[in-house]
Amino acid sequence: MSYDSSTTIDRETQDAIDIDRSKGDFFFPERHKYDAGRGLSEATVDYISDVKQDPDWVREFRHKALRTFLSKPMPTNWATRDLENIDFDAIRYYLSDGEKPKRSWDEVPEEVLKTFDRLGIPEQERAFLAGVEAQYDSEAAYSNMKEELTKQGVIFVNSTEGLKEYEEIFRPWFGKVIPTGDNKFSALNSAVFSGGSFIYIPKGVKLKQPLQAYFRINSESFGQFERTLIIADEGAEVMYMEGCTAPKFETSTLDSAVVELVALKGAKIQYVTVQNWSSNVYNLVTKRGLAQEDAEIRWIDCNIGSRLTMKYPGVIMKGERARGEVISIALANSGQHQDTGAKMIHAADHTTSNVVSKSISVGEGRSTYRGQVHIPKHLKGCKNNTECDALLINTRSRTDTYPAITVKGNRHATQHEASVSQVSEEMLFYMQQRGIDEGHAMSLAVNGFINDLVREFPMEYSVELKRLIDLEMEGSVG
Amino acid sequence: MSTTLESTASILESAPGTAPDLPAWFAERQRAAWQRFLETPAPTRKDETWRFSNLKQLDFSSCRAEVPVPEDTGRFIERSKGVGKPAAKFIFVNENLIEIESSLPENVICLPLAEALLLHGGLVEQYFMKQDTRLGSAKWTALHEARVSNGLFVHVPDNVEVEGTIEVFHWLAGRHASIFPHTLIVSGANARVRVVDYFGSANASDYGLCVAVNDLNAGEGSKLDYLAIQAFNEHTRVISVNETGVAKDASTTGFVLNTGASWARNESLCRLEGEGSRSDMLSVSVPARNQEYDQRTFQHHVSPGAFSDLLYKNSLYDDSKTIFSGLIFVDEGAHHTDAYQTCRNLLMSDTCEANSMPGLEINADQVKCSHGSTSSAIHDDEIFYLRARGIDPVRARQLIARGFSVEVVERLENDAVEELVLKFIDDKFAHIAGGGA
Repeated sequence: MSYDSSTTIDRETQDAIDIDRSKGDFFFPERHKYDAGRGLSEATVDYISDVKQDPDWVREFRHKALRTFLSKPMPTNWATRDLENIDFDAIRYYLSDGEKPKRSWDEVPEEVLKTFDRLGIPEQERAFLAGVEAQYDSEAAYSNMKEELTKQGVIFVNSTEGLKEYEEIFRPWFGKVIPTGDNKFSALNSAVFSGGSFIYIPKGVKLKQPLQAYFRINSESFGQFERTLIIADEGAEVMYMEGCTAPKFETSTLDSAVVELVALKGAKIQYVTVQNWSSNVYNLVTKRGLAQEDAEIRWIDCNIGSRLTMKYPGVIMKGERARGEVISIALANSGQHQDTGAKMIHAADHTTSNVVSKSISVGEGRSTYRGQVHIPKHLKGCKNNTECDALLINTRSRTDTYPAITVKGNRHATQHEASVSQVSEEMLFYMQQRGIDEGHAMSLAVNGFINDLVREFPMEYSVELKRLIDLEMEGSVG
Repeated sequence: MSTTLESTASILESAPGTAPDLPAWFAERQRAAWQRFLETPAPTRKDETWRFSNLKQLDFSSCRAEVPVPEDTGRFIERSKGVGKPAAKFIFVNENLIEIESSLPENVICLPLAEALLLHGGLVEQYFMKQDTRLGSAKWTALHEARVSNGLFVHVPDNVEVEGTIEVFHWLAGRHASIFPHTLIVSGANARVRVVDYFGSANASDYGLCVAVNDLNAGEGSKLDYLAIQAFNEHTRVISVNETGVAKDASTTGFVLNTGASWARNESLCRLEGEGSRSDMLSVSVPARNQEYDQRTFQHHVSPGAFSDLLYKNSLYDDSKTIFSGLIFVDEGAHHTDAYQTCRNLLMSDTCEANSMPGLEINADQVKCSHGSTSSAIHDDEIFYLRARGIDPVRARQLIARGFSVEVVERLENDAVEELVLKFIDDKFAHIAGGGA
């Protein structure tokens, strides 16, 4: 492949490597009882609080957050200037039909049901999930969990219900792992949050099947601000999965979530995300977990969609022998910037963390890895391993890596490695010689690159991921 | 140069005066640079190029300009010991030339900068500080440009290979003295040259400041080696900014050794401007006690088909701190780039701090890039192995730390120079073993 004569091949390979984004590209007419209108002000916050009948402390929390949001500058001193294109006055901050989440799919309004049916959610629930929450714009339309889990004391509700009905469980941790002022977007979320999951797993309860949340944007210019808090009590185990899609509207939309995880002594939380927003969604998410003694938090993250994703899942290892892990796959196509990474804050002895990140840049896509590893003084036996690999498919593809590693004291070990490469001509030639066409060959090479990470996803997801890539390689999906 | 006047003026207060005999363009550049220095804001916490840095170190108000040269210059000549037989040797005290030796071929221009400005003004102008400072110290390079009065200018014509090493000693003398040494090296097509800058203090107790700039221009097919050995006393602060341009098929090696200074900031930027160009960026730092080294690097692949390899190693003792921030930047169209970057920290105490920010920005295709960064202590098994052979643990740790640094030094590929660098490293280890200060 020479560089100048390869435009057609580039187009082909670009098409070939692209995955099925069309699955989520449909929408139904809007039918909202509550609409906070466009723009953000004290009145917007009050409107949301009124509709949700927030307790006073939540209302106060929102107002304080709004002030923080307004006072904080955009982080463009280190982040992309594309953030300046977000028009906060054009965004709609709250839309809902005023209905409570349904416990049965039969009660869910027809269009909403059709939406989730097309996305395969009820089917997956029957097949392998312990519980599902399906959020449609601002609020959950459906929320259900296997009965036996309720008996065991597992709580799986949306944020409004969580703060109202189970205040004594959730309030002590709410906004503690990620304080309002952590960054501009966590402040925004704290001001207007709605939906998301609040989960409590009691002591020693180990969920065999995952819980799932599905986030769907159906309305134009709508901003989704879900808020999730998962608390795994001592020795508990849970896997939580989230998926997200939106149709491609004319104007950009915004998803700005805050996800807090708390793993108490010996608990284990796995948080799996497959993000497939349409390519005009700004996905600016703050995710962080707190791991106590012997606890483990794993973020398994796949970013395929969105216009700009900025997401750096973190783990604060607060108790001895706590473990943090981030496994991340990013696919950036033309017009997309996947700015992802990880934060590992070691705050106790013998804590270990692992970051493995793989990104693929196609066409003019840009992928970025930003990492932070912090090991302070007076700790001992902390270990970090970071690997980030990037694959560039086309001549105009772009990739950046900006890790920051601070180690104090000599009783620790860290290692960081990154590589950038592309699918070599030899590799493609080798496969073509054996009768595999170029698209297929490229697909095989890309799948090979991410294969070891795909296996980290739950089986149903990993099959799906592979299938999505394979499908596109055949050029059968437009 | 008003060297006979006792000056107590802070370097930040009054505009410096350019010596009247220097060319008008130079006086104008110095005047403009002073203006730029005044107008450029000082770095803040928010600047990515100063992340993790100790900004308190940037208060230079106590530093004095043009501190006179002590009368007894003989001791500086005595202490200026480099490789056995240098091709040329220059000794400066507070930017004043006190000794010169040269056995260079006649067509090689190798002069103190002040003299080069008089004799080869046009040539100096062509190369003098042509690039913007990109790694954070724009304000301080403006101060350097405004205040520089001397340094070294080397111009090696096409096809001339300089045998041996050109040595330059920069001594800093007097309380709160400051120097602004400048090194400008130009190698013509297929030329070859090696320059070593040494930086040292008159005594162990005087506070001082050095803001050095070195500009390296490697012409087509040439080989240019530059070494900076920084061994100031532990009350001196240092900013050194390197700019390297590498033309087609040329090759440069830039090496920095840090053993001295209380705080040193090194910025090294290498532009690979032609196909087949190669750059090796190397550094060894051995900080102890409260020493802080802050190193920022930039490997800029402008042209396709170039190679760059960076290896920085730090051995950290006591409460010392290092920052390494490196970026490999591959321009759009700079295909077939090979770029590597490695920073390794050997943690020798439980209170030292190593920060690493190895970065990549790739905008091209068919690129092979990697970076790696490790921080770790010596493993107990290694110490055990050496103890089993009758080597006491203190010595064993020193041996391993030395071996760790030697890997970089060997890349200099010149026995005399390697020996010299190792002598400075061994001095530092002896200093650490002896309790220091």
